[in-house]
Amino acid sequence: MAATLTVPPGARVASGGRRRRGPGAAAKLVPLLPAVVLLLLFFAGPVVWSVYTAFTNQSLSGAGASDAQFIGLANFSRMIGDPDFWHSIVLTVVFVVGSAVIGQNTLGLLIALLLRHRHRVTQTVVSLVVVGAWVMPEIVAAFCWYAFLNPDGSLNSWFAWAGFSQNWLYTLPMFGVILTNVWRGTAFSMMVYSAALSDIPPELEEAASVDGGSGWRRLWSITLPLIRRSILTNLMLITLQTLAVFTLIYVLTAGGPGNASSTTPIYMYEQAFQFYDLGYGTAMALVLLLVGALFSLVYLKFVSVDER
Amino acid sequence: MISRRTTLAAAALAVTLGALPACSSSSSGSGSSGGASDDAPKTITVAYQKFGAFTQMDSHMTKVKAEYEAAHPGVTVKLNPIQADENDYYTKLNLMNRTPSTAPDVLYEDTFLVNSDIDAGYLAPLDDYTSKWADWSQFTESAQSAGKGADGKIYGIPMGTDTRALYYNKELFAKAGLPTDWQPKTWDDILAAARTIKAKEPDVLPFNIYSGKGAGEGSTMQGLEMLLYGTKNTLYDDASKKWITSSPGLTDSFTFLKTVFDEGLAPKPQDALDPQWGTKLSTELIPSSKVAIALDGSWQTSTWKKDGAKPWADYSKTLGVAAMPTQHGDAPGATSMSGGWLLSVGAKSKNPQAAWDFISTALNKENTLAYDTSASQIAERKDVSSDPAYLESDPFAKTFTDLVQYTHFRPAYSKYPRVSDAIQQTMETVMTGQAPVDQALAQFQKTVTAVVGADAATTA
Repeated sequence: MAATLTVPPGARVASGGRRRRGPGAAAKLVPLLPAVVLLLLFFAGPVVWSVYTAFTNQSLSGAGASDAQFIGLANFSRMIGDPDFWHSIVLTVVFVVGSAVIGQNTLGLLIALLLRHRHRVTQTVVSLVVVGAWVMPEIVAAFCWYAFLNPDGSLNSWFAWAGFSQNWLYTLPMFGVILTNVWRGTAFSMMVYSAALSDIPPELEEAASVDGGSGWRRLWSITLPLIRRSILTNLMLITLQTLAVFTLIYVLTAGGPGNASSTTPIYMYEQAFQFYDLGYGTAMALVLLLVGALFSLVYLKFVSVDER
Repeated sequence: MISRRTTLAAAALAVTLGALPACSSSSSGSGSSGGASDDAPKTITVAYQKFGAFTQMDSHMTKVKAEYEAAHPGVTVKLNPIQADENDYYTKLNLMNRTPSTAPDVLYEDTFLVNSDIDAGYLAPLDDYTSKWADWSQFTESAQSAGKGADGKIYGIPMGTDTRALYYNKELFAKAGLPTDWQPKTWDDILAAARTIKAKEPDVLPFNIYSGKGAGEGSTMQGLEMLLYGTKNTLYDDASKKWITSSPGLTDSFTFLKTVFDEGLAPKPQDALDPQWGTKLSTELIPSSKVAIALDGSWQTSTWKKDGAKPWADYSKTLGVAAMPTQHGDAPGATSMSGGWLLSVGAKSKNPQAAWDFISTALNKENTLAYDTSASQIAERKDVSSDPAYLESDPFAKTFTDLVQYTHFRPAYSKYPRVSDAIQQTMETVMTGQAPVDQALAQFQKTVTAVVGADAATTA
């Protein structure tokens, strides 16, 4: 903001300065060209293609594969009348709220708070363990948890004596995938919060404790307000990451049993690649994009309210 | 602060957009058919499935490649084994087929997707080649029509077929006092035997029938359709070209399913719904005599042969095979379902002649015999099915081959995968007791009608 203010109003009209820098800037852009072309080709290209496909009956086999027709909003009106799609949206919201907003966010903050002012060794060991889960590829993490939760898995063999062994991914599929995602993703929140907490001047908290503020009171009135921006940024990023989670759920339950854990990305995959209905699948991807945008808008709103 | 918000918004956009390409045209596979001109060295690509215990196709193709390249100097065969389960195999193959540069010249194609892939323009007609091929007359009539499109042209040459029947464990039957040359006449006979096993051998799974989404198409075909096609009804009315969404046979089939799951004759739903259940059965439970009766496919024996995933020398002594009876023992007394795979020439192939030559080599008598015996396929060439080497290759070969006379085929239309999914969903509802049969079937009728369109749905 400061930068915008220092520029005199006249500068916007006078284009002379810009022209003088022009060739230099263009020359600087040349080395960027390959990267830009690659991005356009492999990132923007598929995105544009999938937006277009959402309005066609493009499929992987059958008549729609050779001769896709533009069908307007038909995919979207079909979605509105598709109870399985709404079911998947509900599950997606449960998954995002359960594993990201509540699970990863709270647990990450908790670990970051507990690690403050601890011995360096404790900090290193705990961080290593938590981040270890995060650096693991998604598919490996998913297989670990499949091995843990399946009927012949570790969980059941440890608690065999208690007699409640069962197929956890069958009896509690959503709980299983949420737990796995919390386990894997907490590290990100923890790191964001650790960084934010280290920026808090210790004098503020000392002053509060001299004033007789209890631990809870200091957390609520001093610490949390000071890191509120990090909280919002973190919430937004993990929400968007979690919205798109596919591998984890696909490996653990493949959306089952039935469609009990079929979140929108899973349902989208099923429609596009099991029933070859690419058009319908990409239309759903577009809606998922809107859901993500909606979440972002809400968070951005908080940021702007906060800044006023 | 504006910059902060823009950064956030940009980050948000970037992350959400990241979700999109997951669903876009990321074409997998790396096959390419180079060498277009006649004098240049030609390359043809051959795409087929290689997955888990199914390695027989890969060994067969490797062998044929050597044979073919020796006979056709100047042509290179590039094998492209696609490592994927059945569903993903079709998907990957279709993605490859979409682009000329990745479309294979020769492809391993499931019979029930032929019509859909012809509509998509992926397959080339082979009539010009088969009419000049001396071996073609050796194929049975049903085999010749296995790869026939709605336009009457031939789009694929069958490698072999399969049938489905009841495997039963003679040792367990003897212990429970049941006959070891068992042949049930009706569904009730199966139930009676399963109940006896449950009473006498409580540690054994009395009867396995695939059910629900875990086993995928296996549930539809080895499970429900084996029941349904033994009633007086089917899934599709060929005369009116309509899907049968409701029929007494459908109700009876689902009621049978409910009975076996409710009485504990079938596996626990949570086991049956595990996608790994099929593998566990064939490599663990059946060989260790933990299953008394299993409704399964003829190819299962390939798992127990010497080079299979779970070699089991005594399988033919321990197990017996009985035909699946019709519901009340009505004529013809038995029923079965058949699928099977073809070799086809890709429509985008630049060397269709070379591709055809490869197919005719891969499926000549000697090679068909080798493949059908190693992969436990039912031969569809007369000169192979009468060959002593074929009949001796597997003690059950004759039994399963004889079932071809009772067999049925799935309605191979592009809506089938969705109808099949609706069947699996309904099976799951019934087996887990989420809803009574009539309610589940009402939902099934609704779903299928929506899938195929009201004018392509009927009742019987």
